[in-house]
Amino acid sequence: MGEFRMPALGADMEQGKLIEWLVKPGDYVHRGDMVAVIDTDKADIDVESFEEGVVAELLVEVGTTVPVGGVLARITQTPAAGVAPTGRTAPVPASAPVPASAPAPATSGSVSPPVRRLAHSLGIDTGDLHGTGRNGAVTRADVEAAARAAAPASALEKPDADRGRSSPRARRVAGELGVDLAAVSGTGPQGAITETDVRRSASAVAGTSAVAEPAAVPEPPVTEPAAEPATAAPADRAESLRRAIGTLMTRSKREIPHYYLSTTLDLGAALAWMAEANATRPISARLVPAALLLKAAALAAKEVPEVNGFFTDETFRPSSAVHLGVAVALRRGGLVAPAIHDADTLPVEVLMDQLRDLVSRARTGRLQRAEMADPTITVTNLGDLGVESVFGVIYPPQVALVGLGRVLEQPFARNGLIGVRPAVTATLSADHRVSDGLRGGRFLARMEELLQKPEEL
Amino acid sequence: MNEQDARAAVRQAIGQVAPDVDLDEEAETARLRQDLELDSLDFLRLIETIAQATGVDTPERDYAQVGTVKGLIDYVAAHG
Repeated sequence: MGEFRMPALGADMEQGKLIEWLVKPGDYVHRGDMVAVIDTDKADIDVESFEEGVVAELLVEVGTTVPVGGVLARITQTPAAGVAPTGRTAPVPASAPVPASAPAPATSGSVSPPVRRLAHSLGIDTGDLHGTGRNGAVTRADVEAAARAAAPASALEKPDADRGRSSPRARRVAGELGVDLAAVSGTGPQGAITETDVRRSASAVAGTSAVAEPAAVPEPPVTEPAAEPATAAPADRAESLRRAIGTLMTRSKREIPHYYLSTTLDLGAALAWMAEANATRPISARLVPAALLLKAAALAAKEVPEVNGFFTDETFRPSSAVHLGVAVALRRGGLVAPAIHDADTLPVEVLMDQLRDLVSRARTGRLQRAEMADPTITVTNLGDLGVESVFGVIYPPQVALVGLGRVLEQPFARNGLIGVRPAVTATLSADHRVSDGLRGGRFLARMEELLQKPEEL
Repeated sequence: MNEQDARAAVRQAIGQVAPDVDLDEEAETARLRQDLELDSLDFLRLIETIAQATGVDTPERDYAQVGTVKGLIDYVAAHG
């Protein structure tokens, strides 16, 4: 008998609230299948199963707050579990029509950008798909099959299956305010209904507008939103997020002996290469400077293991993988720093695609457990907002934080001549228990070198 | 495209990318980055949304012309 427990979604998390079950008793789940949505201070987070088997019992009702480690469901292993069943032997959950067999949410590396875009447009979560391509890569056919499989299932399930997509939060708020989602016009991605849409609709009682884009998109079964009033409104979440950031940063400053380094990165070569590349690309495939900088940071972190890993129980454990945390400022205030997995191995175009996807989901408040739990080093990029340099506070249990400022034209001297070049100030905040300035300096120097050959990034 | 249609397309796109921005309270001289706080990814999504709605592509070399709401409206009107 396996147990599905409340996971720790970050060093600072003590409890979480179950806001949606994505499975029901009798469903067959593989390791990596998304099972539940947990509301934390930071976002609504999809959590996957670490067990394989049949969901025997859901122990916790939607709306319940459970401490980290608390048992949420029981999963019974079956004799068939060891022989990689395809899932056809068991009732297929309506929320995940195509079972995944990946050991972890395979959202990174195994989905090409065109397939990802297709999946996005069809409302299919590639993390839920079983890839049939090479090395388990999710193919276009997989996505299309999932879309086909999902449509009839959801049509059977719900009479109003033609309504637009909506986030769990939007559905919850709709439940509280008594708003009929079918009458709300969605302004989110692909016409998805956001919480803002719901609130706008609720305040504009009379005018009922049609759904902007009635997509026949599958939805997780809508569990009745909990009738309890304690649901976090945006203001509450902003407040609790601020508290959580405060707690974590206080701990960081108390426990981690930070040291800080700064250097100027010459971006002349990188931006010239990017401008040329972007000139022939459609907008959807264009790069931004941050993508090149993130890739350079990931590669440099791979080469300087003292900045990449976790410090726990008085011991530093370097990570062989580079899961690059990206600090994302939320428009309502606060920030989250979810990971781009294996960022050092991704072609810069794929990294760009994942960056856009990650930032968009971070801002709409929907992330996956592994994205929250896995960052091995974090980058914060405040350049867009005009800051020249940022000396950040390390996220425990990580041991380094990279800060990027604004890209500026700067004068420089070479061979006795003055010139102008685009440049950015990169900083490193690192943990003195693990590294010294020499290694930290090596990290920044490698970033600079890597950016001189952007075509190799 | 006339200015009215361009304005409608730009406002619609900003509403999608940054739903919290109340354009009625912002002057059209508002700068996309500094005043509306759009970052480079938001900006990319914004011109992508506009391109989908109007067919107006904004190449990177023209980014400097579309730094404000008004600049963007004028650009879409001129190229649409």
